[in-house]
Amino acid sequence: MECQECQKRPATVHFSQVVNGEKSEVHLCEYCAQEKGYMDQYNQNFSFQDLLSGLFNFDSGTSFKESQSSSYQRQNALQCDKCGMTYEEFKSLGKFGCEHCYETFDQHLNPIFRRVHSGNTTHNGKIPKRVGGNLHLKRNLQQYRLELQKLVEKEQFEEAAKMRDQIRELEKQLSEDKGGDA
Amino acid sequence: MSLQQFISKAVSPWLKEEAEDSDIVLSSRIRLARNFKEYPFPIVADSDKLKKVLEVFEDHFENQSIGKDAKLELIRMTDLEPIEKRVLVEKHLISPQLTEHNDAGAALISQNEQVSIMLNEEDHIRIQLYYPGLQLENALDYASKIDDWLEEKINYAFDRDRGYLTSCPTNVGTGMRASVMMHLPALVITQQINRMIPAINQLGLVVRGIYGEGSEALGNLFQISNQITLGKSEEDIVEDLKSVVKQLIEQERYARRRLMSNSSIQLEDKVFRSYGILSNSRIIESKEAANCLSDVRLGIDLGLIQNISKTILNELTILTQPGFLQQYAKKPLKAEERDVRRAALIRERLHLEKM
Repeated sequence: MECQECQKRPATVHFSQVVNGEKSEVHLCEYCAQEKGYMDQYNQNFSFQDLLSGLFNFDSGTSFKESQSSSYQRQNALQCDKCGMTYEEFKSLGKFGCEHCYETFDQHLNPIFRRVHSGNTTHNGKIPKRVGGNLHLKRNLQQYRLELQKLVEKEQFEEAAKMRDQIRELEKQLSEDKGGDA
Repeated sequence: MSLQQFISKAVSPWLKEEAEDSDIVLSSRIRLARNFKEYPFPIVADSDKLKKVLEVFEDHFENQSIGKDAKLELIRMTDLEPIEKRVLVEKHLISPQLTEHNDAGAALISQNEQVSIMLNEEDHIRIQLYYPGLQLENALDYASKIDDWLEEKINYAFDRDRGYLTSCPTNVGTGMRASVMMHLPALVITQQINRMIPAINQLGLVVRGIYGEGSEALGNLFQISNQITLGKSEEDIVEDLKSVVKQLIEQERYARRRLMSNSSIQLEDKVFRSYGILSNSRIIESKEAANCLSDVRLGIDLGLIQNISKTILNELTILTQPGFLQQYAKKPLKAEERDVRRAALIRERLHLEKM
């Protein structure tokens, strides 16, 4: 399809326009779309990477004023001391350089994760056997405590007593682990 | 090499098995992204560090077995010719990204080609494995076992709050991408799929064409996968995906029955025209081939075409890719030459069925 405007280049920008309730289809090439002001420079070659770094920029100062303040400059000077990646680089690449970057940029990560993962910011899945240590036990303990609460609410006291014993057992294991570490 | 031999080498053994719902779901895949704690991620690491990653696998996992039939062979990207790399990509055993740039890229691939562990791709480790049909739980189970096995020797980058740490923020948490490949011709013919895709997207799932991001659905094949990796457990992610896939299967079956009862002669015509094209054409582009193959597969599923094996869609979809055509021809081919070869290969393959 040719561009409606110049009728030379292929149309790559397609949209429908509604003016006074009249709907019309518009097909333009990128050049004419820009000329006519339908597209701003920033939207050129919009890729997934841009999309990501766009998300990141969101978090760096919500207002122009803030973006000029010193906190903004400090934030951009953030650099991972393990792999050398700066926050600026992270934003433009959309990729972490190493596991330590997660710690270095931690204060900025929640808004990013929330956007990418439907509001979630903490892991709720598998825990590695070795590296995870006693995290397994801790998560089980949390789970059991929730269940105990439910059982008590439902007045299922016999079940609740069993659950309480299991919790005690876990707590004992955890305190022994700690003793081992020390 | 005869075509029969070539096919038997080209099609991964796991793909030939029949499984539950395999008339609509061609395959289930689980991918886990993992990284070493000690080394920077491949995007910034120098090649010395990446070679250390490779060494760990050479020392502990190369030529080891994970269950029966699953001896792992380490394939280094530097040892492969461009066509060989392309063939592995077309078999979905490695990603295009792995074949680019770095000299420390490698893959541990099991003999039956069900398991492939990519090394030094975007992350240090990408475990991926396939099952025929809809078997996401089995795939997750197996992937998790391999993950545990690797963890015995590797200190994973893991954080109690963020989970498995990955190079891209879109993978953090479980590091898991679960996906299924579905053949949905009736939903495409009845144009219902266009309404369904936005609804599926709202559930945190992504619908793509067969060759990944941005690709259009060639031959009515769709890949459906989870978008969210943080905050949900692996089991929940798989369960959510499975329930959507189950509904799509139901809808597709229903649409097929409706088509058969309302417009069976039109459907039969479409199927046999495509069969005619595949059996007789002398030049065929990949897009046309994919669409005709989809029709023929639908015809087989509906019992309109008999005496052709169901696996023909899976087989020929892979075999008619540029890399395979060139491997079969044993030389690089121009696009026009490939279209001629493709037509010949399909005719020959269909002829095998008649014998």
